[in-house]
This record gives sequence, structure tokens and C-alpha cells, in this order.
Amino acid sequence: MRFVLAVLAALLFSGSVFAVQPDEVLRDPALEKRAREISSGLRCLVCQNQSIDDSDAQLAKDLRLLVRERLVAGDTDAQVRDFLVQRYGEFVLLKPTFGTHTLLLWLTPALVLVLGAIGAFVAMRRRPRLATALDAEEQKALDDLLKRDEGV
Amino acid sequence: MLVEAGHFALALALGLSLIQFIVPLWGARAKDPVLMAVAPASALAVLACIAFSFLALTFAYVNSDFSVLNVVQNSHSAKPLIYKISGVWGNHEGSMLLWVLILALFGGVVALSRNSIPMRLQANTLAVQASITIAFLLFILTTSNPFTRVIPAPLEGQDLNPLLQDPGLAIHPPLLYIGYVGFSISFAFACAALIDGRIDAVWARIVRPWTLGAWAFLTLGIAMGSYWAYYELGWGGWWFWDPVENASLMPWLAGTALMHSTVVMEKRDALKVWTILLAILTFSLSLLGTFLVRSGVLTSVHSFAVDPERGTFILGILILFIGGSLALFAWRAPMLKQGGLFAPVSREGALVLNNLFLASACATVFIGTLYPLALEVLTGEKISVGAPFFNFTFLPLIVPLLLLLPLGQTLAWKRGNFLGTAQRLYAVFGIALLATLAMFALEHGGPVAAPLGVGLGLYLVLGSLNEIVTRSWSKGTPMAVAWRKARGLPRSAWGTAIAHAGVGLTVIGVAATAWGVEAIGSLKPGERLNAGGYEVRLERVVPRIEANYREDVALLTVFGSGRELGTIETMKRLYVTRGMPTTEAGIMTVGLGQIYASIGEIQADGSIGMRLYHKPLVLLIWIGSLVMAAGGALSLTDRRLRIGAPARAKAVPPTAVPAE
Repeated sequence: MRFVLAVLAALLFSGSVFAVQPDEVLRDPALEKRAREISSGLRCLVCQNQSIDDSDAQLAKDLRLLVRERLVAGDTDAQVRDFLVQRYGEFVLLKPTFGTHTLLLWLTPALVLVLGAIGAFVAMRRRPRLATALDAEEQKALDDLLKRDEGV
Repeated sequence: MLVEAGHFALALALGLSLIQFIVPLWGARAKDPVLMAVAPASALAVLACIAFSFLALTFAYVNSDFSVLNVVQNSHSAKPLIYKISGVWGNHEGSMLLWVLILALFGGVVALSRNSIPMRLQANTLAVQASITIAFLLFILTTSNPFTRVIPAPLEGQDLNPLLQDPGLAIHPPLLYIGYVGFSISFAFACAALIDGRIDAVWARIVRPWTLGAWAFLTLGIAMGSYWAYYELGWGGWWFWDPVENASLMPWLAGTALMHSTVVMEKRDALKVWTILLAILTFSLSLLGTFLVRSGVLTSVHSFAVDPERGTFILGILILFIGGSLALFAWRAPMLKQGGLFAPVSREGALVLNNLFLASACATVFIGTLYPLALEVLTGEKISVGAPFFNFTFLPLIVPLLLLLPLGQTLAWKRGNFLGTAQRLYAVFGIALLATLAMFALEHGGPVAAPLGVGLGLYLVLGSLNEIVTRSWSKGTPMAVAWRKARGLPRSAWGTAIAHAGVGLTVIGVAATAWGVEAIGSLKPGERLNAGGYEVRLERVVPRIEANYREDVALLTVFGSGRELGTIETMKRLYVTRGMPTTEAGIMTVGLGQIYASIGEIQADGSIGMRLYHKPLVLLIWIGSLVMAAGGALSLTDRRLRIGAPARAKAVPPTAVPAE
């Protein structure tokens, strides 16, 4: 059912499912490849969690054309992204920038891993050692037994 | 009439669950076996009531009873029978009914396994189980009643969402729900143990099959959903990091960790407190998934505020159960005695690492899914967290886990020898490395990720099976003896090896997607489009009319290495009742790869937009998942887990089934 709802929402905003149209494709394959890469990291603003590369909403098409336009005009990848962020806000990026407002988001994976490792380590240390050495009395008892066996 | 009876049965089930909640809990405290015996009896009664209620709704669907609102909104008399039945759970109300039905089913099975579970544990477990049933029955009865009538009844229904008219709907939700809800049993057992203040290896041995079963079903459910998205959505992706998918991935990751920590607890009596916490967290994440999807909070924070009734109710359930169980944990867990000691380098140590990585991965998915929501609520700032974020953070946590997997599986319990273990895997390292280098040499500057990923997958497959080989064969052992030894290994050893090999297969399939080729073009009949050594020719586009939709069908002939491989059809459909268009991809399977075509708009000049993919080895993604689940199932048949099996076998009377 979870998947179903996503599909439903995706459908509400997109007619038929068909993203990049043949007439949008740039002639220069290197440039087109860059365009595809940038597009897959940009959110179709009216869709639910779809990149403009996957969506066929009109807005996504406009954005795809815009990205290609900027690339043809000679922008770098970063410049294209900055341009779109300026226009539409950070919401357009599917991978948010690292900043104070996303600190927790970016640090959580590492934080959980490190804290978890420390926790596991501490828990392990707090336990008694797996095998402690024999104390003097035990050692003596053992020696006696061994000696007795040797004597036989 | 039957509809009202169904509604009544649901209310009756609520009353019976109240009994199932209170009486056994009391009985367990008072150590009264009569009161405790109420638990299984009432659990079975609840199951009977909910099953009746579900059948009543199904009956209304099959008969197209349009005096029931739910049927009107989601069915149509011209719909094929299978979609009338699966339509029962293709909507909010019906899917919640399916949810409690599965919950009651699990309760019923626990009730029937009274020989294998100590009475107090069973009574407490069923009581906890009943508290979940109560919450969800209240939710259904007060906010999501599927039995509401409409007067006057319309003549025709509004049809089911076309995307859901697919065999996928018949299979995917039930599998997923069995997985989700199955973890409620581990949760209930964990709470029961906390209530009782007693937990030991016997507990782990009882709980493990439930976890294993739930995990296997969840694996199948997610894989099925992924394949469904792949062929139905028409742009060839198989995982989108959509919040709705993440909602099912989180319990899967936590459940995978739980399954492994339960092994440690059963075999070595260690990690008790952690295992209990994991059992609670896993089901909490299942509940969270239900909340995320059912409350509409995902579409936007605002839609949650617009229709707050359901969302608030589920949020309440969420807080009650997660908060309650964690409070119970905080209160009782310090009383649990820690057991079994182990050295850091040991099978236990490796499984701790497994849990660490899986928990971190789970936390990553969790924060990525919920962070945008929290940020918007707290500061009003809107950000998006999508596939690029998850790929960037999730993979670094999963790859080390996969690298360690064969090593951990080979390490000895209690105290292992790292070098000795690595030695047993030399051959595996060597083969995987050679294969990776060979792939690099062959692909001439293709994607770097693919050979590395496939090499990793190969290492996993061989490393997992290596365990079976080293346990049954050493230099000089005759093959017949080795084979007999291998067959004599416990089923759980085979299950582990097979499930881990499945992980490897999935990794290979995922990595190979980097070798995929995509082509976009617009074609007129007779023209060709080429993608990665395969070519399609558009033959013609023909209109077709079916009972509840009409479609334009593009007929394509597929060519590979110069010869004709066959034809595929890809369609654009229009479902008449809802006026909704869909795209049906045309797929041809060649070996383990697929050729995948989908069409777009017909343009003014008569040409048609087309996307064509060649996806090598793509089927391994799902085959691997099936193998994983099969490994889980095999492990489930291990003698050790079938507690009381000898007694049951004796009780079976001589066969009374007449000959054919």
C-alpha cells in the first residue's frame, strides 16, 4: 500500500509517464550527458519526490530545457545548479547543501555509527574479561594435579 | 445484511480483544492458569470475527454491491474478478482491514502453538498483541469504516485506480503486511518478556522463527513492489528512495539486524537487552511506516493538517505504542541479566558489527525521510532529500558490511582467529579479484562502479557458499563423503549460506545497472532505435478497446546480434471511467537481462516518442531477493526451530486421506 500511494501521488501530478522527450535531447552527447546528470539531482517542484529527469510534468520539461539552455550557453554544472537554486530555492535540490540547517541530516549517519561503536566498545569493556589468568591458588592446584599425573 | 454483519463482527472483535488484553494480563500476574487460558481462546475468537468481517467486504466487492461506499469508490462492475478481490485492499479502509486481519492471524497462530510456548509468556504476548488489535480496530471503526452505506446506491462504481489493476496489487500488499505485522509478534514477545522480567535463550529460540518468517515475507514484499514499480511506472527505475519505499525499508533493515542479534542471543545468551530494544524498534518502524503512508503527512505537512482525523489518530497510536514500549524497556531492561561473554574477534563480535552498520543505515534512511518534514514544521524552511542524498550516505554504510559478511560468517563463536578465517577465504578473494580485473579489462573505460560492484557480489556469493564447502570438504576427502557431510549440515547453515548468496546476487544485479544503455528517439513505423547491441523496429501502432480501457499499442520487433529475437508490445492506455492514462512497458527478457521499451506521445507528424533500455543482469536484483527469502524459509525448517516437533509427529494419526 505504501508504494501504491506514492504511485497515486506521482500520477496526480503527471499525465502519462514519459520524461525526457526526443526533441529535448542535445546534439552534443557530452553536453547531454551532463544535462542528464544535473537533471537527475533536481526536483520536479510540483511532483512528489521525482527528479525532473523522471517526471513529465510541464514544469519538469521547462526546467530540463532551462538546464540545457544554460549548458549550451557555457555554464558549468555548479553554475546551472546555483542558477536554479536562486530561482526556486534550495527545495529544488534533491541532495541538500551542507549547512547549519542540514547539520543534523548530514551528520546523523556518521554520528550513529560512531556513537554506536563507542557504546558497543564500552559495553564490551565493562564486562569481565573472557578468560582471566589463574590466581596463585588455582595455579598451585593445577601444578599439583599435573605433578601427580607425571608421577604415575 | 451481510455488510452490516461484517461491521458488527468488527465491533465484536473489538470487545473480544479487550477481553484478550485484560484477562490474560491479570492471569499472568495472579498466576491463574484458568485466566491465562482465556488468551488463546479469545485470540481465536477475534480471528474468526475479523476474518468474517473481511470476507463480508470481499463478498460486497465480488458482487459489486454499490450500496457500500467503499465499493463504489474503488470498484466497477466491468472489472475482472481478480481485481475485484484485490481491490478490497487497494484503498485505505480495506487495507487497514487487511492489516488487522493479518494481525489477528498471527495472534491465532501464537494461540495454537501452545505446546511450544510457556503459558505465562503466551498469555502476556497475546495480551500485548491484543492491545495493538484494539488500537487499530478503534481506528477503523471510528475513522475508516469500510462498511458505510450510500443511499441511494449509484448504478456504477468509480473504478479502481488503473495503476492498481495489476497482479502486483494482488500480491504485493499482503506480502508486505505479513512482514510488517509479523514483527508485531517479536514486539509482543519482547514486551511480554519485559513485563515478566525474564528473558533467556528459550525466549530467543521461540521468537526467532517469527522474526525470520516476518523478515522473509517483508523481503518478498519489498522485492515484489520494486519489480512492480519497475514494469508499471515505465521509466525503468526499480528503487526511487521514495518516502513510501523508505517506510518499508526501515523495518527491513531493523528486522535484518534483529534476526541476527536473536541468533547471538539463542546460541550464546548474549546481547539480550539490545535484542529486546531492536524488537521494539523494528515494530515501531513498521508503525511509523503505517503512519507516514496513512496520515498523508508525506504529500505535504499541510495535507496532514487539512484532514487531521486519521493522521492524528495514527500519530496517537504511534506515540502510545512506541512511547509505552520504550518506557517499559527503560523501566525493566536494567533488571535483565546479561549473559554469555565473547571476545571482540568472534562470530558474536562480527554480528555486533552487522547490527551497528544496519542500525546506522536504518538511522540514515530514517533521518533522510523525516528531516524535511521536521525542518518544515520547525522552521518553515523547505528542502528536498532524494535519491542523491541516500546513495551518497547509504552506500558507505552498506559496502563495509558486505565486505565483512563472508568473514563474519566464517568466524568461530566465542573467540575467533581473524587470520585463520581470512585464510579460509583466500580462494574466494582471489577469484573475485581476478573476475573484477577481467571485467575492467573487457569494458575499456566503461563505468568504474559496475566491475567493482559485480566483483563484490561475486565475493559474497562465493564466500557464502565457501562456508558449506569448508565445513564438509577438506583436501583428500572423497566427493561422496563430502556430499554426505554437506547434506548432514543443519538446515540453518544452508539457509544462512543461501540467504547471503542471495544478497550477493542482488548486489551483482544492482551493480550491473551501471552497464545499462538508454536510447531516446522518435520513430515512424519501419524505423529503428538502437540501445547497447539491441535494436527495435517499430512495426505499427494499433488502437485496441478492452472492457474498462482503450489503448494504443506499439508493436516492436527486437533484433540482437543481427537476428530477430521476437516482438514486444508497449501501450498507452486510457482508463475510461477515471479518464486516467497509463503507460505499459514492453519487456523482453534475454538471459538475465531485459530489453525494456516504453512509448510516449504520438506526435503531429505521426512519429511516436520512444524510450529503449538494455538492462544487463537486471533480473538478478529480484532473483537475489527471492533467494534471500528462500534462505530464510529454509532456515525456518531447521529441526532446532521446530520446537516440540517430535511430539507433534507422534500425534499425527495414520493417514485418513482416501486414495485418489
